[in-house]
Amino acid sequence: MARRARLAGQGVAIGLVALLFILLAWSLLTDDGGSLAAQANRGDRPPAPDFALERLDENGELQLSSLRGKAVVVNFWASWCQPCKEEAPFLEGIWRDHGSRGLVVVGLDSKDFRADARRFADRFGLTFPLVYDGPGDLTSSYGVTGFPETFVIDREGRVVEAFAGAVDGDDVRERFEAAVEQALET
Amino acid sequence: MRLVAAACVLGAIAAGAAAAAPPNAADLEAELVCPVCETTLDQSTAPVAERMKTFIRVRIAAGDSEDEIKDALVAQFGPGVLAEPPGGGFGLLAWLLPLVGLVAGAIAVGLLVRAWSRRAPPAEPSGEQLDAELERLVDDELARFDG
Repeated sequence: MARRARLAGQGVAIGLVALLFILLAWSLLTDDGGSLAAQANRGDRPPAPDFALERLDENGELQLSSLRGKAVVVNFWASWCQPCKEEAPFLEGIWRDHGSRGLVVVGLDSKDFRADARRFADRFGLTFPLVYDGPGDLTSSYGVTGFPETFVIDREGRVVEAFAGAVDGDDVRERFEAAVEQALET
Repeated sequence: MRLVAAACVLGAIAAGAAAAAPPNAADLEAELVCPVCETTLDQSTAPVAERMKTFIRVRIAAGDSEDEIKDALVAQFGPGVLAEPPGGGFGLLAWLLPLVGLVAGAIAVGLLVRAWSRRAPPAEPSGEQLDAELERLVDDELARFDG
């Protein structure tokens, strides 16, 4: 009886180890090669995770998939983020310059107070749509590790390029505008 | 009787005073989590944590209770802002699972101890099991030794 119990215990232990190996193998085989940003910047054009979030600039919600057919710039920001302040006027300019061609800039305020976000938008005269993700749930699905981070999405809802950190400096802005052109041309 | 009545009155006054006492900012900062660095506010100097600390002080000054302040922060940042999970709904699992684990562990240990004790070798025969003849011999020897 004791021998059978010991054998059963060993069997369970071996089974658990085998299960861990299977999980490891599965995660290696299904590895998509990194975050959404890494895939996009390799040229893979992964689909942008959809979201439906409360709007800060008006009542109601905005769903990303409702913008299908337009190029979209999704900018993760927060009012307490210093580089976001430096970047905001540039994004407003992009929205004003390319809006008539079918580009929508969506400011996605995250891990922030709504009131602070609205004050930020007023201060910088932002007129593009603003949505609110207070808990920061979308940061994980987009693989965002800091603010600001910006995703350029084509008319078919695929990420053309991702920009970690502020879109500033001539080189980065040139690359950003090229990504916007690609997204508009899709 | 008068003493009992006086004690009741004093107790009620003390309870009322405790209920009316404003929440303590330091206590709240230890019970709320910074959404960026995911440590409690008292451990964080992240800009959003500093902003939340200011919010707490402003709300205390405005006369909000501890629950009202926590509810306001949950409305902004979601339930993840609470260091301790809520006592109801899905959060109840976080409280119950460790207890279930403890009970299951105690039952497993009890079963193991019981199984081991059953396998233990039989105890040595005690002196009470000596037969009558042997007992008489021992008594005789002891009597001779004493004499």
